[in-house]
Amino acid sequence: MSTVLTLLRKELLLERRVPQLVPAMSLFGVTTFVVFHFALGQRTVEGDLAAGILVVTLLFATILGVNRLYVADREEGGFDAFLLAPVDRTALGVAKAVTLFAFLVLVELVMLPAFAILLLGPGMDLEVVAKLGVVLLLVNLGLSVIGTLVGALAIQTRARDLIGPLIALPLLVPVVIGAARALSPVLSEGGAGALEGRWLGVLGLYDLVFGLLAYALFDFLLED
Amino acid sequence: MTYGNRLRVTSAAAALVLLLAFGLAFFAAGIEADQGFSQKIFYVHVPLAIVALGGFVFGGVMAVQHLRTGDARYDLRSYVAIHIAIVLGVGALITGAIWAKAAWGVWFEWREPTLVSFLIVFLLYCTYQPMRFSIEDPDKQGRYASVFAITAGAFVPLNFLAVRLADPYIHPRVLNQGGGDLPASFRPPFYLALVGMTLLFAALYQYELSHKHSRAQLRQLRRKLGGEVEATGRSAAPQVTGA
Repeated sequence: MSTVLTLLRKELLLERRVPQLVPAMSLFGVTTFVVFHFALGQRTVEGDLAAGILVVTLLFATILGVNRLYVADREEGGFDAFLLAPVDRTALGVAKAVTLFAFLVLVELVMLPAFAILLLGPGMDLEVVAKLGVVLLLVNLGLSVIGTLVGALAIQTRARDLIGPLIALPLLVPVVIGAARALSPVLSEGGAGALEGRWLGVLGLYDLVFGLLAYALFDFLLED
Repeated sequence: MTYGNRLRVTSAAAALVLLLAFGLAFFAAGIEADQGFSQKIFYVHVPLAIVALGGFVFGGVMAVQHLRTGDARYDLRSYVAIHIAIVLGVGALITGAIWAKAAWGVWFEWREPTLVSFLIVFLLYCTYQPMRFSIEDPDKQGRYASVFAITAGAFVPLNFLAVRLADPYIHPRVLNQGGGDLPASFRPPFYLALVGMTLLFAALYQYELSHKHSRAQLRQLRRKLGGEVEATGRSAAPQVTGA
């Protein structure tokens, strides 16, 4: 546990001293909204379209972040140093997942207001924000678990920027389905609709299964 | 390794059962009222898809064994199973597209969760080979491939659940609720075709395994005789070191 906290502090300190991932992901997100505006030719969006744009933008921003998640560890010898230390290897995975989760929350704090101002038709009141928060919590969990696993897998390959997204995209389709369907009534015109339990169930089940799986498998991605 | 004898038996059994199944499908099973003759592709398409998914999961199970024991032979089995399953998966997608065109007038139907899930799973497994290619160290390659195979194996049922919930289905259900919507005269050829396709998978699986093993043996013998050892060529298959 203390190993996880130490590693977590290292990650956050690194990002605070040399901000890299959070600004890049946030900027990417906001730019993608602009791109969507022109690609779809719509001034405002709602319902299915709004949920889809939000989820897809978040997904691509995550993939952008996952590609860089381990680069410092790989290039500056962080992996070697960590492997020399007599600590549980899974700790690195847990720390990376928590880091990615925290980054995603920060990115959403930038992305959501931008989305509300730039694209979203229906207003964003407290109720919508609360429901968004619940869904995005589950989404972030899934994204950070898969991102940690796939990032660790891809960083060791020769074509890491290529392999990571290729594996992550199909793996995250259930998250996209669950999130987009859950958010579609929330972001629809004429007041926020209710959250459907089954989509939260799908997201929760996904997080649970892949969380346990990643916890069990992360070890094998570090041994050397 | 004596895959040779078993290979002969499985291939013969696969050919026999598949011939019997398709014979029954054409001559004994009734013509489907809605779709007519084009429904016969069902006896190829559904077994192909089910066996391909089974092969993916089997590859995942072998990968668990590989990570638990560290035995490279399990890695080879996982690789071969996924390889054959991808080939069968291509068959399932093509026959599915033909059937969809005949039955619904479109090559691909998004409202059809089983088809959509299958495509997603297939796309995921398409990255298995490129991933292996891009890791040089054989040990690491095997380990990473196994992690991928386990994750993807667990993804198969979860993905089907999510996609199925997402849309009302129009695909005929085949293997649930005690036989699903399948009329009685369709059942024997279908189950036979499923068994035959499984045997075909087993035969192809043994064939590729024995090919890999005999090639490794041949290389070993050549080396022993001091002859030229040909280069392996571009392959991401796990290397077996003799038997």
